[in-house]
Amino acid sequence: MSVAAPPVDTLTVKVDGVPIAVPKTMPDPITGKPIATTMIQACALAKVDVPHYCYHPKLPVAGNCRMCLVEFGTPTLGPDRKPVLNPDGTPKIARSPRPAIACATPISPGMEIYTSTPGVKQMREAVLEFLLINHPLDCPICDQAGECKLQEYSVDYGQSGSAFVEPKVHKPKHVDLGPRIVLDAERCILCTRCIRFTRDIAADDALGIINRGSYSELARYPGKKFDNNYTLNTVDICPVGALTSKDFRFQMRVWFLKETKSVCTSCATNCSIVIGSREEKVLRYEPRENDAVNSTWMCDHGRLNYKWINREDRLTEVRTRSGTRTWTAALKEISELLNKAEPGSVAIVASARQANEELWLLSKLAQKYNALTDSIARTGDGDRLLLNPDRNPNSTGARLIGIAPPVLGSNLLKIADAISSGRVKTLIVFGEDVTKHGIPVQRVENLIVSDILPNATTTAAHYLLPGSAHAEKRGTFTNVKGRVQKFMKAIEPKGDARPEWEFLHELVYNITGQNGFVTIEGLFNQMAREVPAFAGLTWAGLGDTGTQAKL
Amino acid sequence: MPQEHRLILKNIDRPGYTPSLESYGDYAVLRKALALGPKTLADGKTMSAPEQIRDEVKLSGLRGRGGAGFSCGLKWSFVDRKSGKPIYLICNADESEPGTFKDRQIIYKDPHQMIEGMIIACYANDVHLAYIYIRGEFTDGAKILNRALAEARAKNFLGKKILGSGYDLEIHVHRGAGAYICGEETGLIESLEGKRGYPRIKPPYFPAVLGLYMCPTIVNNVETLCAVKHIVEMGGAEFARLGTPNNTGTRIVCVSGHVRKPGYYEIQVGKATLRELIFDPAFGGGLPEGRNLKAIIPGGSSAKVFKAGEKVKLKKKSPDGKDTEQELDILDLPYDFDTIMAAGSMSGSGAVIVMDDSTDIVEALANISEFYAHESCGQCTPCREGSLWMSKALNRLTHGEGRKTDADYLLHIADNIPGGRTICAFGEACSWPVQSFVAKFKDEFIAKGGSGVALPRESKAEDLLKPELQQQS
Repeated sequence: MSVAAPPVDTLTVKVDGVPIAVPKTMPDPITGKPIATTMIQACALAKVDVPHYCYHPKLPVAGNCRMCLVEFGTPTLGPDRKPVLNPDGTPKIARSPRPAIACATPISPGMEIYTSTPGVKQMREAVLEFLLINHPLDCPICDQAGECKLQEYSVDYGQSGSAFVEPKVHKPKHVDLGPRIVLDAERCILCTRCIRFTRDIAADDALGIINRGSYSELARYPGKKFDNNYTLNTVDICPVGALTSKDFRFQMRVWFLKETKSVCTSCATNCSIVIGSREEKVLRYEPRENDAVNSTWMCDHGRLNYKWINREDRLTEVRTRSGTRTWTAALKEISELLNKAEPGSVAIVASARQANEELWLLSKLAQKYNALTDSIARTGDGDRLLLNPDRNPNSTGARLIGIAPPVLGSNLLKIADAISSGRVKTLIVFGEDVTKHGIPVQRVENLIVSDILPNATTTAAHYLLPGSAHAEKRGTFTNVKGRVQKFMKAIEPKGDARPEWEFLHELVYNITGQNGFVTIEGLFNQMAREVPAFAGLTWAGLGDTGTQAKL
Repeated sequence: MPQEHRLILKNIDRPGYTPSLESYGDYAVLRKALALGPKTLADGKTMSAPEQIRDEVKLSGLRGRGGAGFSCGLKWSFVDRKSGKPIYLICNADESEPGTFKDRQIIYKDPHQMIEGMIIACYANDVHLAYIYIRGEFTDGAKILNRALAEARAKNFLGKKILGSGYDLEIHVHRGAGAYICGEETGLIESLEGKRGYPRIKPPYFPAVLGLYMCPTIVNNVETLCAVKHIVEMGGAEFARLGTPNNTGTRIVCVSGHVRKPGYYEIQVGKATLRELIFDPAFGGGLPEGRNLKAIIPGGSSAKVFKAGEKVKLKKKSPDGKDTEQELDILDLPYDFDTIMAAGSMSGSGAVIVMDDSTDIVEALANISEFYAHESCGQCTPCREGSLWMSKALNRLTHGEGRKTDADYLLHIADNIPGGRTICAFGEACSWPVQSFVAKFKDEFIAKGGSGVALPRESKAEDLLKPELQQQS
């Protein structure tokens, strides 16, 4: 019998009696340098939950909540520094008389970790009792209810009653911590996750603890504003209802939210998000873990940039200058019109806010007419963490597919000239107000426009096709580093609006005869076969966190 | 007859002795240490002068005088000397355990003794920058230390190439801001770095490896560093002959409370019993007239209390090598590290607090608990919430609002704090008094609770609706 030796970089521990080989080191959450694997990481690999409040895998360890206390033992070493064996040949384990916090205690070879002994259960009960004695227990009016670790662990590990009969400690409530954050200091369990995030991830030393003992309180540093572009992440990582978002608080009980995996569209980073919606209304974005893109964070700018989806003036009808049309009639008329167009007489301005699939369908039309194409650049200040200066979500996709030149907007002058000289008679515009970029839309014979919200270009359109926000359809974006991620549909399009790829597919079929992409899956796979940068990708293979394109 | 053995206190309170270099002398022991040359051992290896000093300290059996009683030589041996980072030494002068007032005597009355010990300890550990972290309330103490350091600097006992040797050292005084927890060595280090005095988690932040500025660091108590000077002066073996085996040297005992002669007394460790420390004319001189002993806290307010008349069984090795059990009255316990610990408490910071039968034991515990609730740093859950909870319950008991069940209620709280559940030993410090007071004087807690009236209530909705309370809104 031969037993394969484990690779050198792992060691074997036992979690609740089950042996598991775990890496000796794991990357430090901040520096990325390898540091000794801890008990809680080993337990996570063994799929054993160790309850915790202050520990967060992406933050430095604090070790203050004491919820992750476990019992453990290590092999007894004889005088020769070799393990002492039991009569049955197993190593003799010396159980530590004291518990250890799993979040900070490094593992060692042969260590046994016990996470569900009576002693461990008792310690968890005690910690929960301590955390709750001064807690206001105002769950019925607390926004965190339903996603609160105090609630969850109380059910899983707590006891139903408490011996506490003293007056509670009172602390400030509804404290205006910053433009987007409200603090209820009584709900706070002082885990310092928000402080560590703000200091070590957002690099803004704005938060700290004042006062001492049971009177300790989270506070802003005097004279400092808590207004960096990442403050709302503290609401996500706050395990209780101490930090709430001014935007989301009191809007919806979280258990009513439908959660949809999607991607933030506010810059070229494409942070993975979860859209929380109810009754066809988007209510919040939250970051979704994706180590290839955004870790577990997103910026406040992106998070709050969803309200346009719910705007009252969304385009909801298919229109011509003479009035409304049905989709069937409009697409038939546009197809006829395009079928008559000469090569070189069509120009297309796509939007780098469109999905890869839509851009690719537009590129099919462009090929047919040898059309001039471009897109519109959109820029702002970037930062060192997530926010990219390129504020379009899909500039990279637009370039890779070939609908946009390497420098977005560099063909716009040519398009304007071609319209002015009368060479271009048909202009197709998706999702951009080209009147702001020097395009003389009044001079084209056929202005075909698709957009989501009204603007000067949609007003001038001969055919106006109402499109969908990303939250209302499926598709993929390619981020600045070439990560291709899919986004899923959270809500229905408004009114008669349709996902752009649906009607573009129909137009492309009518004009080029190409078919085969009646579903978004099929469309993506077809595109991946034809666009070199996407070679080998499949819709299914993208998974939840995406795949890398070849840049 | 037990007598004081004044080694560290030798000059203290001597008429005419001032905290000046003129009174203290010429740092002869430092000169001796710096003059040591490398020694060739029997096996041909050479031992540097600092290694020899470290060896002497190990040989002396010196145990830390701050409270934990941990071997000083062992502590020094843990220091990571291969990291390539500087090694720091910090003198812990944050003496704040209630009942303790020994380090303050040294700082105020004989600072040069401590500084000389500190320089020698630094030399022995290749330290070139050291700090004295002094309790914020010792404002004059800080001034005295700074003056003494200036005197030492002027004589080149500090600074570059000390006394012509190749050794450089600078020492700075840093004043605390009034927090008991900054006497905990990692809380002290955080505070010294300019942060809140939150103790660090261990692992990974053992000071010997990741201490001040994440460099190897030694933190030693004032009295411990003074003892280092005497060890180098008399030799480790000679120092170890003082006191008792494993409890070597002398230590200063602070006797306070209901004794006629409260004060600080330096004894050979284990060479005086608690009875002698309390009753002997050389020490406490007995209780006030007509009073009987009720309780003793043997090592500062965090140590578990002894009840008068309490008997403890101690294992003892008889001359023929057999273990025998000996029953002793607590008054007959020799005052050392190991015996007091074997008896279920600790000699801690060397503070013996004596309570006679005039003491209301519930009030006494309420006082201690209030201190710990006030001083809990608030970092980790059990201590932050438990310390104030216990204090509130005791405050209720002493204000006529107790219950008969409060004794068990207090134990329920206290049992959930210590034993490695907290980041630092403050968890033990705040819960040990409660556990021991309630266990040993339970009838008094029950009696106090039995006299109680209704529990206080949080304001109820109907109260808030009373017209007189609605004026403001």
